[in-house]
Amino acid sequence: MTTGGPAVGSVAVARTPGAGAVLGFARRHPVGAAGAAVIAAMALVAVLAPLLVPYDPLAPDYGAMLARPGPAHWLGTDAFGRDVLSRIVWGARTALSVGFAAALVGATLGAIVGVAGAYFGGLVDLLVERVVDILLSFPLIILALAVVASLGNGVGTVILAITVPMVPRCARVIRSSALAIRRAPYVDAARAAGYGHARIILRHMLPNVMAPYLIMVTAFMGQAILLEASLSFLGLGVAEPTPAWGLMLKGAAVDFAETAPWLALFPGLAISLAVLAFNLFGDSLRDALDPKLRTP
Amino acid sequence: MLRYVLKRLLLMLPTLAGVAVLVFVLMRVLPGDIVELRFAGESSFASKAALDLERGRLGLDAPLWRQFARWIGGLVRLDFGRSLWTGGPISREIALRFQLSLEVAVLATAVAVLLAVPLGLLAAVRQDTWVDYAVRLFSIAGLAVPSFWLGILLILGLLVAFGWLPPIEFTPVYVSPWRNLAQLVWPALAVGYRYSAVATRMMRSAMLEVLREDYVRTARAKGLWPRLVLWRHAVRNAMLPVFTVIVLEFAFLIGGLVVTEQVFNLNGLGLLFVESIAHRDYTLTQALVLLVAVITVLANFVADLVYVWLDPRIRYA
Amino acid sequence: MRRIAAALLGLLVLGLAPARADEEPRRGGELIFVVPSEPPSYDAHREETFGLIHPLAPFYSLLLRIDPTDPNGSRIVGDVAESWTESRDHLTYTFKIRRGLTFHDGQPLTARDVKASYDHIIFPAAGVASSRKGAYVAFESVTAPDDRTAVFRLRWPAAAALALLASPWNFIYSADRLRQDPRWYETHIDGTGPFVFVEHVRGSHILGKRNPRYGRPGLPYLDGFRATFVKSDSAQIAAIRGGRAMVQFRGVSPAEREQLQKALGGEVRIQESPWDCANWIAMNHDRKPFDDRRVRRALTLAIDRYEMASALSKITIVRDVAGVQVPGTEYATPPAELETLAGYGRDIARSRAEARRLLREAGVTEGFRFTLKNRGIAHPYEPVGVYLIDQWRRVGLDVSQEIIEPAAYFSTIRAGDFEVAVDFQCGYLVEPDLDLYKFQSTGVSDANYARYRDPVLDDLYRQQSRATDKAARGRAVRAFERRLVDEEAHYLMTLQWHRIIAQRRQLRGWYITPSHYVNQQLDTVWLSE
Repeated sequence: MTTGGPAVGSVAVARTPGAGAVLGFARRHPVGAAGAAVIAAMALVAVLAPLLVPYDPLAPDYGAMLARPGPAHWLGTDAFGRDVLSRIVWGARTALSVGFAAALVGATLGAIVGVAGAYFGGLVDLLVERVVDILLSFPLIILALAVVASLGNGVGTVILAITVPMVPRCARVIRSSALAIRRAPYVDAARAAGYGHARIILRHMLPNVMAPYLIMVTAFMGQAILLEASLSFLGLGVAEPTPAWGLMLKGAAVDFAETAPWLALFPGLAISLAVLAFNLFGDSLRDALDPKLRTP
Repeated sequence: MLRYVLKRLLLMLPTLAGVAVLVFVLMRVLPGDIVELRFAGESSFASKAALDLERGRLGLDAPLWRQFARWIGGLVRLDFGRSLWTGGPISREIALRFQLSLEVAVLATAVAVLLAVPLGLLAAVRQDTWVDYAVRLFSIAGLAVPSFWLGILLILGLLVAFGWLPPIEFTPVYVSPWRNLAQLVWPALAVGYRYSAVATRMMRSAMLEVLREDYVRTARAKGLWPRLVLWRHAVRNAMLPVFTVIVLEFAFLIGGLVVTEQVFNLNGLGLLFVESIAHRDYTLTQALVLLVAVITVLANFVADLVYVWLDPRIRYA
Repeated sequence: MRRIAAALLGLLVLGLAPARADEEPRRGGELIFVVPSEPPSYDAHREETFGLIHPLAPFYSLLLRIDPTDPNGSRIVGDVAESWTESRDHLTYTFKIRRGLTFHDGQPLTARDVKASYDHIIFPAAGVASSRKGAYVAFESVTAPDDRTAVFRLRWPAAAALALLASPWNFIYSADRLRQDPRWYETHIDGTGPFVFVEHVRGSHILGKRNPRYGRPGLPYLDGFRATFVKSDSAQIAAIRGGRAMVQFRGVSPAEREQLQKALGGEVRIQESPWDCANWIAMNHDRKPFDDRRVRRALTLAIDRYEMASALSKITIVRDVAGVQVPGTEYATPPAELETLAGYGRDIARSRAEARRLLREAGVTEGFRFTLKNRGIAHPYEPVGVYLIDQWRRVGLDVSQEIIEPAAYFSTIRAGDFEVAVDFQCGYLVEPDLDLYKFQSTGVSDANYARYRDPVLDDLYRQQSRATDKAARGRAVRAFERRLVDEEAHYLMTLQWHRIIAQRRQLRGWYITPSHYVNQQLDTVWLSE
């Protein structure tokens, strides 16, 4: 999202969050803390997936196709007789790894581009701004399709496809925050002292846009999980038989929506819960770090 | 002010030119080719010679720069060319779908505004109470639920509850306003909810910001009746960023409702978009991307202009 | 005169009461059906999609057609041809053209129009591409010695000659129109069929009304039809369920069949038939280790086709274990003999042990990884892919799947950019010439994506194609099959597709056939209410 309003970035110096800061955050933002707890739980489940799940997520059982939820299969089985619960648990790995990787890469690249634009100003900034404009007015699906169709589908490609549209969005927000810092006296001082561009950007400017950067990263994680699910649903994401939530909503889940609603229900809930958790955490983080920043 | 407007309008040109180049290149980088797709798809008999002949007829064997020049040349004369897939004029292909997409966008916006403004206002005024939490959860959930999933559930729910099934053909509003509305209200609700989530959050935070502003505090200190303060000063100013969000989302809705159109069987621009890419119909895809880009750029411009116009604190050189 | 014998189909017709003599067809009514795909142009001589046949076939006539009242969908009868003779040397076919047929613009139809239409397909003018020309290499010339006689001369005897002249794509066009502009029919409609074109709203529907001057007295029964384009599967089913449409003529999935039966009970009728389409697995002979016959044989041996049939037939549109011909048809291999082919044995443990042995011999180690490229289509490509990957896992192969977006799929596999890929073959009539063409050597067939050269196989194709007696043709087809799927294992057959049509009860007089390309003129279709 772009707002045409004035640059609203403020300078919030990032601190290393100690135990006290975490507790403080949890007290002031209970909803956000709940979100963080859900994320932590999901990450734990994803890591421990091989130990937790009752069945091999890839093993079909043609004697138990489309079994209702019950004692043998808590969340039922899919059209191939694969255990839905096991596939959801393993799917958390796909979702979280794609979410973390895409959000980190996207926001970091965006931050570098945004800060560079703000720092160098002039022609560089103009160029950055125009490229950002072009990418922002370009339909997302074509960008994703171009990446997937030319590189083939798979987890790596999906991460790249999701990263591409994130870079300009982050660059725009970070740039406006960085513009304020660019005018700060210590940056001029550093230049006068003869420091190199790279050093000034890395040492002086980037740390000062940490607040909007962290906010963008958390906001992007939820969005990345959602995008991964949508791409997989459209057949542009990861491919069967890899367990992935969006993939589980495709095909049989739609075909059997009436007779086997558990196929569509549980993976959809998993996606919603994960995105909700990231959004709640992200919202509270924004309130805590930079209440005036408007992020999507 | 005039200079600002002119400058912004001029800046659109490089953006649109960049979009044009990007889509032209991307489409040709994408693997897949309309001729193979159309003639070698289901038949085993299509010979390479026949395919080459057809490529020549569509002008796909010309050097890229010439294809690009032909396209831009047409655009300058406001001629979008013909669809490679159907051979029909692109303006006609688009016009049909544009009406429907526009209508859904308008209805969804209405739903979003009707939800977002009162909810956002309520949440801000009752900040950190259960009302605030409830509103925030409602709106944030709207952002968390995948729209295609919501669509599947909604259709299923409507079927089970009311025996409602989506109509198979679009009824334009001038044929039967009632049937038209009955068809579009559900997708508008599904989209409007999600859309309202963005706007509600914006309304709430903008409202909170305004309430902290000096002039509101001053007005309160002067003993003005609180409700008057709220309405006269706060809401008007808080509406600014909300308006921005609405304009930008509106631009996205036209052409961006790919999954919703699929689920509700609507023959709109989103579906045309997907089809044109699926057919590798270069000319149609290029025209659609450019159309979406123009709408987005214009929406940005309008949003900025309103900002400058209404907000006394901003002055552009 | 020789006819392609009516094939004995293992045809399953559920819920369709046998045509009762007292059931008099009723005149009137508008048939509304949904079509999952929309024609790019109106020219059937060019296009490949059934999305053209379903809404446009009712406007046209063919030279020969599949008898629309034959429940086996295999009897070839005259359409504009009243009768025909075949010369003793099998090289000349002479057709008598029916009298009294007129184009919708009022011009009478003559043998000249038949000649012009076939010239357009077989001998196109310079600059006009004909994608089906390759099917007619045996044809030397088409002439029209008088208004009522069309003569087709062949270069060599062709067992499939009549089948090729009954192609549902070969609409008879007006000679004058074609002479004025060979591309006229891409953007206009003018035929001699049972219905007259009314309108086409792009993205929405095509409308046709009864042709009062149709050549068959009393037909068509319907006042008109409305073909509505609905892309999404679930919306098509919703349309039938909600009574907004009466049928979708391509086919539905087993889940959709059950959904409609559950919701509509006796209001819906189901017709089923083996479908003359199948997913074949192309193993790229240019990529190691798939150049090794042992590896290819191992891949087919690993598949339990009988379990596959029982499991997948519940969730997608496949059912029968088959060779190169639709089970139950004239040249199909009987089940007992089929079981002797690699990968068709009933003892899957033995087959898998053999597969592992072959892989070891070929130097393919446990855990060998390769990628299966599949087309992003829900039925039946994706379930078939998931099933195969699990089967290969059981002989120690580690296969991952890559879904290719449908538009990129053809360029990917035509360019040979794959190790193993899901391919398919589909025909408008169960006929070895049509069904086997693609499997000839690369270069002979531009659709052989496995990229092998096999002169023995090509010779077998030629033998069956030019055979003048059925027994000889049958032997050649059988030998071709054994070489293709067993001895050389060039390509790997999965399962025959299975066609399911769900129609509202009032739709009568329409019979399922193994192809979704034929039987769509709708002249004998009627509505009971």
